Amino acid sequence: MGDRFELIDVRVDGDDGPILSVPRARIAADGLTVVVGPSGAGKSTLLRLLNRLDDPDGGSVLFEGRDVRDYDVLDLRRRVQLVGQVPVTFPGTVADNLGVADPVPLLARVGLPGAIAGREADRLSVGEAQRMALARSLALSPEVLALDEPTSALDPGARAGIEQLVRSLADDGLTVVMVTHDERHAVELADHVLEVTPCAT
Amino acid sequence: MRDLSGRIGMVDVALALALVAVGMVVSRVRRLDLEKDVAVATVRSFVQLLAVGYALDFVFGGHDSLTWVGLAVMVGVASWTAGRRARAVPGAVWVALASISVAAVGTLGVLLALGVIPAGPRAVLPLGSMVISNAMVTTGLVTTRLRDDLAAQRREVEARLSLGQTAAEAGGPWLRQALRTGMLPIIDNTKVVGLVALPGAMTGMILAGASPVAAIRLQLIVMYMLLGGNAFAALAAGELAMRRLFTPAHQLARTVRR
Repeated sequence: MGDRFELIDVRVDGDDGPILSVPRARIAADGLTVVVGPSGAGKSTLLRLLNRLDDPDGGSVLFEGRDVRDYDVLDLRRRVQLVGQVPVTFPGTVADNLGVADPVPLLARVGLPGAIAGREADRLSVGEAQRMALARSLALSPEVLALDEPTSALDPGARAGIEQLVRSLADDGLTVVMVTHDERHAVELADHVLEVTPCAT
Repeated sequence: MRDLSGRIGMVDVALALALVAVGMVVSRVRRLDLEKDVAVATVRSFVQLLAVGYALDFVFGGHDSLTWVGLAVMVGVASWTAGRRARAVPGAVWVALASISVAAVGTLGVLLALGVIPAGPRAVLPLGSMVISNAMVTTGLVTTRLRDDLAAQRREVEARLSLGQTAAEAGGPWLRQALRTGMLPIIDNTKVVGLVALPGAMTGMILAGASPVAAIRLQLIVMYMLLGGNAFAALAAGELAMRRLFTPAHQLARTVRR
């Protein structure tokens, strides 16, 4: 399979010089791509370019061969789902958060019991909330799932569960891009590794 | 008539200065270190009001066309002040200028069109100044509150955007909150008017010898005008600030994120 994303001469500027600089990079359409690099290298910024929460100050990001800026941005964001480091719960129940007629199959897909649907979302544990956030994204039937350190806020037990889940979503044919600071992920989980190097200052 | 209009001379003003001296003495005795501020405030108020008094006298003396110049100056100063207060919002002075103008034009325009007030400077300038100063406070409140809330809740705002919500949807809860913040003080003031404090326009008319019933009629018009002007200013400031705090591509502006 080909590339889902291609980054060409991408540069993002911060207040004091560039915070991300990628001469060339590809994100494969198949499997799990793990993005590694030292903290401050701009890994999270790179993810934000994929669904256009941010735009590069130089260069271009191609999605399916076309510049991301050529897509309708709201449509692009539904197709490229970004899930943050700390799970965000909206007011209301888990079912309210998911916003679908029947939340049970969706919950099952992320390893949550169907009974949790009626629970207030802000009463979930961090691990449960992270799974719910994944389910909320999957409800939109995205083609790409971009995850920003999805396990960093979790305890080791919950962490292993999420890693397994991410792996199985990639095996089901979803393009998964995951930023991590955990070297182990690159070795044990990844199909592809994308290394981001810090900008020269 | 035992009213005060026409019998206040500069001697009376000088006598009232004795009360300022009390403030000076308190500050000195309790070492509040406010003597200089009291002095500056006293001198400034004297000079500013004297200048305004003569300016109004001049306008009222047959130079009606200057009414609109006066209003424009007030709107300009108010916009600059509100914009400076909200300078974390990009282009805040322009947001304030548009919002305060909308409030002034909206309320004065309606009152003039309905014939509630006459077109002359004696009605338009004082009422305009009240609308404009209120709109200034509202504009500053709404824009800073909206910006601060979006910055504090950027994680949730961006989670909403990431799910495909528009900027208006993702920022909606905080826009509503900011509008409430901007509009509640004037609503509360309107509720307790006359019970907690006798408002300025009414007080002024009573001191000048008008009947209290005539005074409240004017005061009601003032209160309703301020409620309306406030709503105009809050709505305009909220909508315009949203356009500055989000990009056309439904992104949170970088100034809010960093």
